[in-house]
Amino acid sequence: MLASAVIVFRETLEAALIVAIVLGASRGVLGRGRWVGGGVALGACGAVLVALFAGAIASAVEGRGQELFNAAVLLAAVLMLAWHNIWMASHARQHVAEMRHLGHDVREGVKPLSAMLAVTALAVLREGGETVLFLYGIWAGGGSRAELVAGGAAGLAGGALVGVLLYFGLLKIPLRHFFTVTGVIVLLLAAGLAAGAANYLAQAGLLPRISEEVWDSSALLSTESLVGRVLHVLVGYNDRPSGIELLFYVVTLTTIAALMRRESRRPAPPAHEKAAPVANHR
Amino acid sequence: MKKLVLLLVAWPLCALAQGETFTLTIKDHRFQPAELAVPAGKKFHLVVDNQDATPEEFESHKLRVEKVIPGKAKASLTLGPLKPGAYPFVGEFHESTAKGVLHAR
Repeated sequence: MLASAVIVFRETLEAALIVAIVLGASRGVLGRGRWVGGGVALGACGAVLVALFAGAIASAVEGRGQELFNAAVLLAAVLMLAWHNIWMASHARQHVAEMRHLGHDVREGVKPLSAMLAVTALAVLREGGETVLFLYGIWAGGGSRAELVAGGAAGLAGGALVGVLLYFGLLKIPLRHFFTVTGVIVLLLAAGLAAGAANYLAQAGLLPRISEEVWDSSALLSTESLVGRVLHVLVGYNDRPSGIELLFYVVTLTTIAALMRRESRRPAPPAHEKAAPVANHR
Repeated sequence: MKKLVLLLVAWPLCALAQGETFTLTIKDHRFQPAELAVPAGKKFHLVVDNQDATPEEFESHKLRVEKVIPGKAKASLTLGPLKPGAYPFVGEFHESTAKGVLHAR
């Protein structure tokens, strides 16, 4: 039971943290629960499909299918997070003003919500696929099925709990600074995922590692520990990054940050006024 | 454009072509051999042959590898060049029995 709990917890943790961040970043937008819930459901269905076709994926592209698939999923999530953040850079202030003025959720922001739905689905898909394969293996391997179910449920609950804690922790941040903080977290999350994609591409032999190990801080904080794992997801912490991972991290971070900066200096586009007439009548 | 396609195809093929090949077998959720000596300082290939009916995930934090191998399937990894030392790996789905070490010498 413990083994299955530990594995399911590990896989759930990453997806749960990403869902918590997505929920935080889309705070105050009407119907976000449905969007994010839809993303989780879509991702779970996708995970079962990925597990079913694991053999075909693994043997595709000369045995590099799995790495390419994982890298593609990660890079798609990076693009969606970047889009959300760049969009928020020019809309956050108005969004907060509308939330305060109306005292409830606002209708605008459907555009970034579809991006966040995609991020949620991709996160669940990637982590869920491995979980399904693992559980299937134990199930088919003739171990105790009752223990498996109990362990899986415990792991899932544990992972979800960490996500819930993160979400309520985020809500403690005053509204004034809220979207600045979630913006920074989304930015770091995107950079970390890009580094993960680089690692898969290097594993497939499609990118050089440049340097096998830029530094080694595993003695200080190992990414195998719980705190290291959480930081790995949230800010892309890596105790032994290769050159290519570091490069992807830095390039993604600076590119998105530069685009956010440019966008935040621009006045909000006029199409926005139609979407939120209440705030503009003030 | 043609040249680019050729390069994209040829590059990984070249990478595949060089280096020795070593094989690890997974049977009854154990690696055989559990300890394997590999050359330090050069690229090599590691074929992991999963003879069990259930999937396994070959994982090594130190080698930066994470690869799911379906039941009754083989996976090929290109590793190195490694610094001399021990590189532990596990089958993540059966971590209590599926354990092993690569020794780069």
